Amino acid sequence: MNKISQCTVRVRGLAKAFGANKVLRNVDLVVNKGEVVVIMGPSGSGKTTLIRSLNLLEMPDQGSVEICGIELSDPAAKPAGEVRRKTFQIRQKTAMVFQSFNLFPHMTALQNVIEGLISVKGVAKDVARERGMLLLEKVGLSEKADAYPGKLSGGQKQRVAIARALAMDPEVILFDEPTSALDPELRDDVLGVMRDLANEGMTMLVVTHETRFARDVADRIVFMEGGYVIEDTRPAHFFGPTVSDRCKQFLGRLHE
Amino acid sequence: MVDLFLRALPLLEKAVLVTLGLGLSSFVLGSILGMLIALARIAPFKPLRWLAFSYVSVFRGTPLLIQILLIYFGLPNYGITIDPIPAALLALTLFSAAYLSENFRSGINAVDKGQWEAAWAMGLGYRKTLTRIILPQGLRIAIPPVGSRLIALMKDTSLASTVTVVELTRVADQMGATTFRYMDMFIIVGTIYWIINQVLTILQTWLEEKLSRRYQ
Repeated sequence: MNKISQCTVRVRGLAKAFGANKVLRNVDLVVNKGEVVVIMGPSGSGKTTLIRSLNLLEMPDQGSVEICGIELSDPAAKPAGEVRRKTFQIRQKTAMVFQSFNLFPHMTALQNVIEGLISVKGVAKDVARERGMLLLEKVGLSEKADAYPGKLSGGQKQRVAIARALAMDPEVILFDEPTSALDPELRDDVLGVMRDLANEGMTMLVVTHETRFARDVADRIVFMEGGYVIEDTRPAHFFGPTVSDRCKQFLGRLHE
Repeated sequence: MVDLFLRALPLLEKAVLVTLGLGLSSFVLGSILGMLIALARIAPFKPLRWLAFSYVSVFRGTPLLIQILLIYFGLPNYGITIDPIPAALLALTLFSAAYLSENFRSGINAVDKGQWEAAWAMGLGYRKTLTRIILPQGLRIAIPPVGSRLIALMKDTSLASTVTVVELTRVADQMGATTFRYMDMFIIVGTIYWIINQVLTILQTWLEEKLSRRYQ
C-alpha cells in the first residue's frame, strides 16, 4: 500500500532563533530515500525545531529545506506567495506524528485518518473510507474505527495518528518524540508499527529517546546539541565504545 | 393580579412575539456578523485585525441605550430615518455582534495549537483548517458564553421601548399608566422575561450535554 519513498531530504545551513535564543545554527543534513534517521540530543538541543522546520511548521531564518526536489531557501527573503506555495508543496510530501498525538477530538478514528484524503486530495468519501479502514487495520485498530479519540488509550491514539500520516501517501514521515507521552507498556505497539514502516522502506526522521529503537531500526543517528549537529553516524558507532565522550555522557544519563 | 394579566393578555401576546422576534433575530444576525468579526480578529492580515478590534471597542464600550437612541433619533439629522423596530433590531445586532465576536474568538483561541499544526502538517489550507478542524471545536467551547449572551440580549430588548417599540416592557409601562397598577404589571412582565430565559437556559444545557456526550 505504501510505495517505496522516492526522494531525498536535504537541509543546508539551517538557522532558527526564537528571540535571542539561537535554536538551530547552520545545520546540514541529508536523508536519502528509504533511510531511517534517529535524531537524539538533550532537551534544548534543537532536534524538535529541526524536524518541525522540515515541514515548515517552524519557518527557518536562514538556509534551505529541500524535499523531493522542492526547495525553499531563505524564506525570510522570499515573497509571501512563493513561500506559501512551496510550504504547501513540501507539506504534501511530508507527514508528521506529534508527541501529543493532536488527533481531531470531534472526529472518529476513521474520520481522522481520511480527513486529509477528503479535504486535501479530494478523494471520494467511500473510496477514502475503504482506504482508511485498510490503514487502521495496518496499525491494528480496525475495530476502533468509529471510536472518538477520547475513548482511545495513548498508544491507540498514536497509532491512529500514524495511520492518518500514512493516508496522505507521504514520501517522508517526521516523528516528533512519538512515544514520549506514553506509558512504557504502551510504547511497544507504537514502536512496532514504526518498525514495520521502516522495513517497508519508508523514509523516516525520528526524534526520540528510545535507544533500543535507534539501535535496531535506525540507519543513522544524528546527535544534536546547542543547535549544532555534533555526530552523524551509524548506530554501531554511536552506541559503541569509540563514540565521542559527549555522546557517551548523554547515553549514560539516558540509561540512569 | 390575575385579572390584570387577563386584561393585558391580548397586548402581551403581541408584545411577547415582538420581544422574542427582536431578541432571536438580532442574535442570529449578530452571530453572523460576530463570526465575521472574530475571524477578522484572528486573520493574518493586520489592517483587518485592527478594524475588527476597533469595532468591538466602540460597540462594547458604549451603552446599548445610546446606540439605540443614536440610530433612531440621531440618524434623522442626516436624513436617514428608520422605523422603530428596524432601528432597535439594527442596534441590538451591532451591539451583540461585538460581544459575540469575543465569545467566538475566545472559543477559537481555546482550541489547542496542536490542532492547527496537525491540520497544516497534512496540507490543509487556512480556510479548511478553520472550517473543518478549529471551528467545530471552538464553537462548542463557546456555547456557554454565547448562551449567556442570548439571555442578556433577551433582556436588552426592553431598551427598544425607549424608541416606541411595543414590546413587553412598553406594554407594562402603558398598562401601568392606564390602570395605575405598575407594581403588578412589572411583576407580570418580569415573570415573562424570566420564563423565556429559563427555556433558553434549558436548551443551552441540553445542547452542551448532547455535544459532550457525542465525543466520548
